[in-house]
Amino acid sequence: MHELSIVTHVAKTLDELAEENHLSKIGSVTLEIGEVSGIMTDYFEECWDYFKRKHPLLKDAKLYIEVIKAVTFCEDCKQEYETVEYGKICPYCHSEHTYLVEGNECNIKQIEAEEKEDQQLS
Amino acid sequence: MKVIELHKTVTASNDRDAEVLRKELKEKGVFFINLMSSAGSGKTTLLKKTISDLQHEYNIAVLEADIEADVDARAIEALGARSIQVHTDGMCHMDAGMTRQGLEEMGLENIDLAILENIGNLICPAEFATGASKNVMLLSVPEGDDKPLKYPLMFQTSDALVITKMDALPYFDFDLEKCKERVKYLNKDIQIFPVSAKTGEGMEAWEDWLKEEIKKWKED
Repeated sequence: MHELSIVTHVAKTLDELAEENHLSKIGSVTLEIGEVSGIMTDYFEECWDYFKRKHPLLKDAKLYIEVIKAVTFCEDCKQEYETVEYGKICPYCHSEHTYLVEGNECNIKQIEAEEKEDQQLS
Repeated sequence: MKVIELHKTVTASNDRDAEVLRKELKEKGVFFINLMSSAGSGKTTLLKKTISDLQHEYNIAVLEADIEADVDARAIEALGARSIQVHTDGMCHMDAGMTRQGLEEMGLENIDLAILENIGNLICPAEFATGASKNVMLLSVPEGDDKPLKYPLMFQTSDALVITKMDALPYFDFDLEKCKERVKYLNKDIQIFPVSAKTGEGMEAWEDWLKEEIKKWKED
């Protein structure tokens, strides 16, 4: 839905991180993406490949995506269930009083990076 | 290669930019609201009516964000309010950086109330903070009372919901009470104002809320 703009936000965060930590190159980026975050992971990967060619810091960066399963909690029967399979209605007691526990994330988990040479010497 | 653990949300840097902008606007004395809704829900019509009712009390400026065209900005300028059109070039939401650029370009001298008319959609604008002190969303009667079920995040991030086009209620199966109940379930603190900018119904309650929020913000 707005995968390309999310890629630009990831890049901005990494630019700042590279500046702070004197990084010359990013080798990989691991993202955690929730199943119901609205982000299409295959489309996200295409946006990443398009964007990184224009961005020197990221040009060799591999993208790893870890999908976080979506889990919903029912306030009435206090049970958790899989969101993607059952949606908003609790499969145990058919209550609508449910909320998402996890599955809406879009986090940068970790990166692999090289430091600038002058930094390594000092 | 070394591994750096981040565990940062993608929107973290935008949240920080938004917070900086919010503080700067506070220093300048500009109360800034972010108006969000789907396309065609009546944002510009609500704004035009609100501006005519309040412009004797506040100097109002409007940042119009659209993917293209400048019809909205021209409609606002015709009322005598300051306005600028921001083209997002296909982007589906405004983030704090784009909002800052737009506000700086428009200029905020002597302005007490600035309003961002965000891109018309109920999904992406909810995820990106703009630096506004209050988020206001619109839902029009023809869109249907089931929207809180489909786009919960938008209702959760808004401080006020204006239900527009109330004059059309007799022609649609829109259950106002059911809609309010669904919205309150998602966000118990949200203020709900059913209005018709066309007939003026409910406009006073919405404008009183806005005035009260501006007063509270100034005293804070």
